Amino acid sequence: MITVRGLTKFFGDTPVLNGIDLDIEQGEIIVVIGPSGTGKSTLLRCINMLESPDQGHITLGGHHVDFDRVSNDDRLALRRKTAFVFQNYALFANKNALENVAERLIVVDGWPKAKAHARAGELLDRVGLNDKHTAYPAALSGGQQQRVGIARAMAANSDLILFDEPTSALDPEWVDEVLSVMKQLARERQTMLVVTHEMQFARDVADRVIFMSGGNIVEQGPPEALFSAPKDPRTRSFLRKVLGPQAASSE
Amino acid sequence: MQILDFGYMAELFPYLLGKLPITLGMASAGMLCALVLASGLAIVRVVQPPLVNGAAKLFISFFRGTPLLVQLFLFYYGLPQLIESLVKIDGVTATILGLTLHFSAYMAESIRAAIVGIDRSQTEAALSIGMTQSQLMRRIVLPQATRIAVPTLMNYFIDMIKSTSLAFTLGVTELMGATQKEASSSFLYFEAFLTVAVIYWVVVELLSRLQKLMERKLNKAYQR
Repeated sequence: MITVRGLTKFFGDTPVLNGIDLDIEQGEIIVVIGPSGTGKSTLLRCINMLESPDQGHITLGGHHVDFDRVSNDDRLALRRKTAFVFQNYALFANKNALENVAERLIVVDGWPKAKAHARAGELLDRVGLNDKHTAYPAALSGGQQQRVGIARAMAANSDLILFDEPTSALDPEWVDEVLSVMKQLARERQTMLVVTHEMQFARDVADRVIFMSGGNIVEQGPPEALFSAPKDPRTRSFLRKVLGPQAASSE
Repeated sequence: MQILDFGYMAELFPYLLGKLPITLGMASAGMLCALVLASGLAIVRVVQPPLVNGAAKLFISFFRGTPLLVQLFLFYYGLPQLIESLVKIDGVTATILGLTLHFSAYMAESIRAAIVGIDRSQTEAALSIGMTQSQLMRRIVLPQATRIAVPTLMNYFIDMIKSTSLAFTLGVTELMGATQKEASSSFLYFEAFLTVAVIYWVVVELLSRLQKLMERKLNKAYQR
């Protein structure tokens, strides 16, 4: 189980996260929704230590980190126990698909190159990129790049994969192929924390939906409950905006 | 009346070609040392460790701010006065030293710019999979920065080859020095300096071709 307590982050004087508490069960699929600028991405980036939280602590895969005194080892440990899927894919531009996925296995886990490439090949096949092993990112479509990005995250065998708006930068035609790879991962009970605006995905796949606003978790619960009977007015207003008036009230 | 003594030029040409190895040798040695030094300086300027950063800035400022000829004289004539063991510093060594320090100051800035120009997302992706700073530098950032820096660095190499001609002021008989000696004994100045100009020109042209080939190879991964 993953425990986050009192996670606080400021950008300058502006609070972005106001002491977030979050428990994640192994195999749980959590979707985070909310208006933009409410700290959803920052929450993910703090768990992966791409941002340095100002306060709080986290327990993940038996490793406890107190953000009041973070060592370099803590940073590496948190990053190595989690994986991150970026909105803009962020594939290594100087490496082909296979090398992108194998990179972590070689550099961080110390696998021999041949073994890492074999494993990377399997993962690329699983995300439907059987014929793109040696293609460089520049030659791949957005949807294909993001699937490589997911395969790269899978390679880590992480306790938790963080998805930061994985389909927001995609042309509509590529969204489904990425979501279907994520659904497949969810069926395999890979623990996932997903920030997305894809409400249908949240309904279909999430065990729990978290609504964030103003750097706080306002409301959370199973998708049926949260979507059909939101308790907080902020949740109601947000859902009305993204789903249209009928969808949020009826059902 | 004949305008140019072509016979003399044809005689001079193979003799001067024989001096090309000294010229290219000094330039290549200078380039290799400058690349190493410049990469170090560039990384210091990017990471900005407090004390070293100040020293790197001062170094770059001095060697960019003074003429190469002044620096060469400083090393060749000046240093031996200061440090006894350097009494026997020869012209070739002084030239290589001068080229290294002078050009590394310029190259550090273009390597730094190339490193800074790599999209932040590349660094974040490398951090997210648990790479250390030095791993991500070595495996992700520097290879990509190389591609951006190569055209400028090749330009500096070309400039460096031409700058070796200053070594003649330190008594080195490289291309320029040899031409100078020949010209002052034959009095055929125009022929002699035209011949050496053509040699420099052809060498630089060949290097430009090489640069195009390198760029094409380096760009392969980035083509759609």
